[in-house]
Amino acid sequence: MTTATADEGDGRVAARPAYARLLSFPAIGALIGAIAVFVLFMAVAPPFRAIDNSGTILYQASTIGMMAVPVALLMIGGEFDLSAGVAVTTAALAASMIAWQWSLNVWVGVLLSLVLALGIGWFNGWLLQRTKLPSFLVTLGTFFILQGCNLAVTKLVAGGVTSPRITDIDGYDSAAAVFASDISIGGLHLEITLLFWLVLTVVAAVALTRLRIGNWILASGGDEASARAVGVPAARTKTGLFMFVGFCAWLLGMHTLFNFDAVQTNMGIGNEFIYIIAAVVGGCLLTGGYGSVAGASLGALIYGMTNLGITYAGWNPDWLKTFLGVMLVGATLINTFVRRQAAKR
Amino acid sequence: MSTAARRPTDGPDGGTSVTETVIRLEDVGKSYGNVRALHGINLDVRQGEVTCVLGDNGAGKSTLIKIMAGLHDYTEGRMLVHGQVTHFGSPRQALDAGIATVYQDLALAPLMSVWRNFFLGKELHGPLGMLRVAQMKQIADSELRKMGIVIPDLDRPVGALSGGQRQCVAIARAIYFGAKVIILDEPTAALGVKQSGVVLKYIVKARDAGLGVVFITHNPHHAFLVGNRFVVLKLGEVSLEAKRDHITLEQLTGEMAGGDELTALEHELRDLHP
Ligand SMILES: Nc1ncnc2c1ncn2[C@@H]1O[C@H](COP(=O)(O)OP(=O)(O)O)[C@@H](O)[C@H]1O
Ligand SMILES: [Mg+2]
Repeated sequence: MTTATADEGDGRVAARPAYARLLSFPAIGALIGAIAVFVLFMAVAPPFRAIDNSGTILYQASTIGMMAVPVALLMIGGEFDLSAGVAVTTAALAASMIAWQWSLNVWVGVLLSLVLALGIGWFNGWLLQRTKLPSFLVTLGTFFILQGCNLAVTKLVAGGVTSPRITDIDGYDSAAAVFASDISIGGLHLEITLLFWLVLTVVAAVALTRLRIGNWILASGGDEASARAVGVPAARTKTGLFMFVGFCAWLLGMHTLFNFDAVQTNMGIGNEFIYIIAAVVGGCLLTGGYGSVAGASLGALIYGMTNLGITYAGWNPDWLKTFLGVMLVGATLINTFVRRQAAKR
Repeated sequence: MSTAARRPTDGPDGGTSVTETVIRLEDVGKSYGNVRALHGINLDVRQGEVTCVLGDNGAGKSTLIKIMAGLHDYTEGRMLVHGQVTHFGSPRQALDAGIATVYQDLALAPLMSVWRNFFLGKELHGPLGMLRVAQMKQIADSELRKMGIVIPDLDRPVGALSGGQRQCVAIARAIYFGAKVIILDEPTAALGVKQSGVVLKYIVKARDAGLGVVFITHNPHHAFLVGNRFVVLKLGEVSLEAKRDHITLEQLTGEMAGGDELTALEHELRDLHP
């Protein structure tokens, strides 16, 4: 009764093989996938190798990645946000029309739009707690509400399906410098969204793995009842995650607005699924409690490379969505397999 | 932060107060509407002792621990905690009074690592919520080792541990964070012989560390291996209460199986198959 070895002695739990430790990184599948896609298009698509096209690919990846990061955190926290795509457009439309309608400095519109975007996130979280419905359903509602508002309000204010041009409004130049600047380094053209994407990735990855809030996110998604039982504020954690999605939607919305100076009301519809695909390819479990921010960003990179690589390779781009669908199912299968290997004793 | 957590082995009371009564139930009863689930329960939970609560399905075991754990309030009699009449309004209040409950579903997140689960909700952190990862791993490791559980890789997800180890992690956590009484709801029910042994050893260690243990079980053999006192519930009432010295395993098993009823059943079966 007094020996200190409870389970050690049976020899089955000793050391995990090195490959199992490697496989236990959730992003490992996405890393392998990104390398594979890169090698594929380097081989078959000559324009893929051109340096100026790298800038285009990175821009594509960054506009997906900026949203894939918060969507991944939310999924790890156990919830979905189907309104993430249209919320970007809502933020952009709100900023431009508030400033235009009341002839305000554009920064006023930008800040009120931030309040609105955070409010949408908060509303999603609140509705989830109040109704106890699955977030898939709750945010499907928000998705339709926002989609309708985007169209109806824009028609009321601007009389069409495009937001008014804002280039003449006070504060435009400084706002454009903040949200839509770019630099060229030796033929490589980089948009500021690349910086936003990298910063968001690093901040979110550190938060998830090294901060207390990360522990709470993992636990809220992994087993909400248990998390509550040991004092984790699961409801507040989830609402915070929805608001983080709102913040990122605002940031991307502002970039879109000041990059193109006007916004179409139907933009962003369908992107919510691309964010989710990037997160899942990156190793997030649909059931929550497991995943990786870096993986989601790699998922966004895979999307960017594929999207343009298909064109550069001269293939018919009509097949893009088909390819994405295959990739989603494939990645999910690989991730499930990898997770079983990692958990093996 | 770590000073706030009491370790069982260096607790202030040492060995002097091991028989102190932490929870005393006096004629406690509980009705759910017009279902009388418990009636006239007298029970002492003392530090340094294992109190076993046995009973068939529906006997009222879960109701009894839910009263002590703060999930339900009692409707008759009174409950004294540290000598004070107490009604818990929530599990949180019971925890604050040093009563921790490990339910069968364990309150562990299966995909999170062992050390993250160990400190869940009570993370050690620096400025900006920066986790003290190395310190937490080291504490989790030494706390588990102290109680005889060696998990070579604390980064392993809890879901990959054996059932017995999982139980032990949940119990070790409750002890480290200052529990004086731990209530275990059928911790060996889903386990095989060997894993049950792991948990039973652990119960003894917790007892020897000066904790009061309430051990709910179906299994008189398990109870008799570790128990200091036994309470058998039947239809919401105490049908047997005994100290270890005053009872044998046969008596306990007989009481559990419902002695007379078993004899009657035996006769019935014999009539069916002459
Ligand atoms: N929430 C409840 N509402 C109504 N009756 C209940 C409730 N919980 C338990 N009971 C009843 O109380 C009795 C004791 O149940 P319980 O304490 O769960 O027994 P045990 O854990 O020993 O199997 C049973 O008859 C059960 O049906
Ligand atoms: Mg029960």
